[in-house]
Amino acid sequence: MLMKQSRQAIPIRVEPGEALSPVARAAVRKATERLRDVDGPLLPVLHAVQDELGFVPDGAVSLIAHDLNLTRAEVHGVLSFYHYFRKHAPGRHIVYICRAEACQARGARALEAHAKQSLGIDFHETTGDGAISLEPVYCLGNCGCGPSVLIDVDDLHADVTPHAFDAIVARLRIAS
Amino acid sequence: MTVKIYVSRDASAVALGANATAAAIADEAAKRNVDVNIIRNGSRGAFFLEPLVEVEAAGERIAYGPVKADEVASLFDANFVEGKTHFLQLGAANDIPFLKNQERLTFARVGITDPVSIDDYRAHGGYRGLEKALGMSGADIVKEVADSGLRGRGGAAFPAGIKWKTVLDASPIDATKAPLSQIPQKYIVCNADEGDSGTYSDRMLMEGDPLCLIEGMTIAGVAVGATRGFIYLRVEYPHAHRALTEAIAAAYAAGWLGPDVHGSGKRFDLEVRLGAGAYICGEETSLLESLEGRRGQIRFKPPLPALKGLFGQPTVVNNVITFASVPIVLDRGATFYKDFGVGRSRGTLPLQLAGNLKRTGLVEKAFGVTLRELLYDYGGGSASGRPIRAVQVGGPLGAYLPESQFDTIVDYEAFAAVGAMLGHGGIVAFDDTVDMLEQARYAMEFCAIESCGKCTPCRIGSTRGVEVIDRIRANIERDKNLALIADLCETMRHGSLCALGGLTPDPVRSALQYFPEDFAPRTAA
Repeated sequence: MLMKQSRQAIPIRVEPGEALSPVARAAVRKATERLRDVDGPLLPVLHAVQDELGFVPDGAVSLIAHDLNLTRAEVHGVLSFYHYFRKHAPGRHIVYICRAEACQARGARALEAHAKQSLGIDFHETTGDGAISLEPVYCLGNCGCGPSVLIDVDDLHADVTPHAFDAIVARLRIAS
Repeated sequence: MTVKIYVSRDASAVALGANATAAAIADEAAKRNVDVNIIRNGSRGAFFLEPLVEVEAAGERIAYGPVKADEVASLFDANFVEGKTHFLQLGAANDIPFLKNQERLTFARVGITDPVSIDDYRAHGGYRGLEKALGMSGADIVKEVADSGLRGRGGAAFPAGIKWKTVLDASPIDATKAPLSQIPQKYIVCNADEGDSGTYSDRMLMEGDPLCLIEGMTIAGVAVGATRGFIYLRVEYPHAHRALTEAIAAAYAAGWLGPDVHGSGKRFDLEVRLGAGAYICGEETSLLESLEGRRGQIRFKPPLPALKGLFGQPTVVNNVITFASVPIVLDRGATFYKDFGVGRSRGTLPLQLAGNLKRTGLVEKAFGVTLRELLYDYGGGSASGRPIRAVQVGGPLGAYLPESQFDTIVDYEAFAAVGAMLGHGGIVAFDDTVDMLEQARYAMEFCAIESCGKCTPCRIGSTRGVEVIDRIRANIERDKNLALIADLCETMRHGSLCALGGLTPDPVRSALQYFPEDFAPRTAA
């Protein structure tokens, strides 16, 4: 016997950000509620979300768009334009190596090659143990004392030889 | 008696170990019952001496450096708190040869004062320029800046006075006609997106004397009638962000920012906005797009930002060093400032020695000093001890200069005459191990990575440029490809919308012109 299917109302508007975990959702909401009234709020909001979560998850785009009265295309466009914003979770530590000319003049090309080889990853990748993500950066303003490496937020290192690089990475692996 | 000890909080000094040194001094002082007050100042800019420790003794500041944390105990053993001798002692800080003959106007306080102390700032001449400006009409302030000959220090060298006058004379656009605006409003925007490799003077100033930037922007606001300011700071500068945030809070608390600037009844509000790792946002219209919350894609000009800038309103956009040079112009007068310099380049330029040099650091000199003096007298030649082969001035879009051009003087027109640009005053030296084909390739690669994508010559041309240089390296149809790269450079130069695509050919063409041997067929090693 055929059961008569009960009629179900199809929601016209999908709840924005429904793919987000409760934690991520709360982080995005906190950012948009705090910043929605500033002039030009999108970059501050993306910074706030990334500061809190370490990256800007996919599902955040529709929620941010909804809360700031923007299109998803606008939010996606901004998110993908800027090198600093990440769409995926990084490793426990992010190692930024400066690739710019002043550091090149002091040995950054060799350092870059050593870093990729010793970590076994390319730029924008994370080591298998999840400890280190490697990112290029184009100038840290430490041009008199390169090669320069920045760890995570503000841990800046000068005169980084391949040997010094290995010591930094070893410390990070222990710390994490 | 409390001993005043200075250890820098500058990012480069910290990268060289200044935090560890400061902590070791605090520990050792506690152990030995010595009463010390450690002041975290900016850096004097002699990085080969960082971490530099200065002690106030007998009315002088005696310097020691470079002091790594493990040397601190021996400093106490030698009684450095009374300025006694030690093998790291350098004598009075002001007499250090690298610093002694500089002409520091914009950087007068950097490395001297506590960067976030209003009292210290005032005690060293701070806010005198703004006090004068508050008693002047907007037109008179703008005239003073124009008469000083100050040109934009970000690279384009456009006269600051003319830009300010345009904004002064512009009327804010009615909010109903400028859909992005809340209210009719002029803006002051500081371009602190110092992305050029080899430049760090903005960073040093923001970390070492942020109140000077704040004062300069406030003067600009008072001059043109703008009540809101933004500092667009690159995210790669976390130390500068911290110093600016502290300094802005101190300025608000002391009534130098806010609804009633120093009792004048004039309002000026200031906030810091962070970029997100896009080099192109150092281009002023991209920066404005980014501040408004969009992709940092450049805008067509006209309209000029001075007429339709941030949120469609009249906006002054200047570089950090431009704003930071304004307080002394107002304080000492246009003539004082104008008396420094040569030709149409008036005043001083904080030059930044970077790359393969023995003594790197900040050298503020009047325009007119030669590149050779900077490289050898200040820089001490290459760090590696090998001959300096090429020098790139003005960041990744600057030409590579060979030894035969080292007598060029620091002057916007003199650099333009040899096909180079002074830009933001960064000087990057390379020794004779440099491969100029690789440097030319990198210039194209960098442009490809950082292109905003708006115009075709830059977006596509840069990628094709990398490919063509790769073919030259691989010795594939060499002559055809050399002709092709020359043609591509010409197209990018004239067909690009902004300086990124327009000037990327400069390092490429100069490498080809001055170092053709690096593009010659290579024998398998």
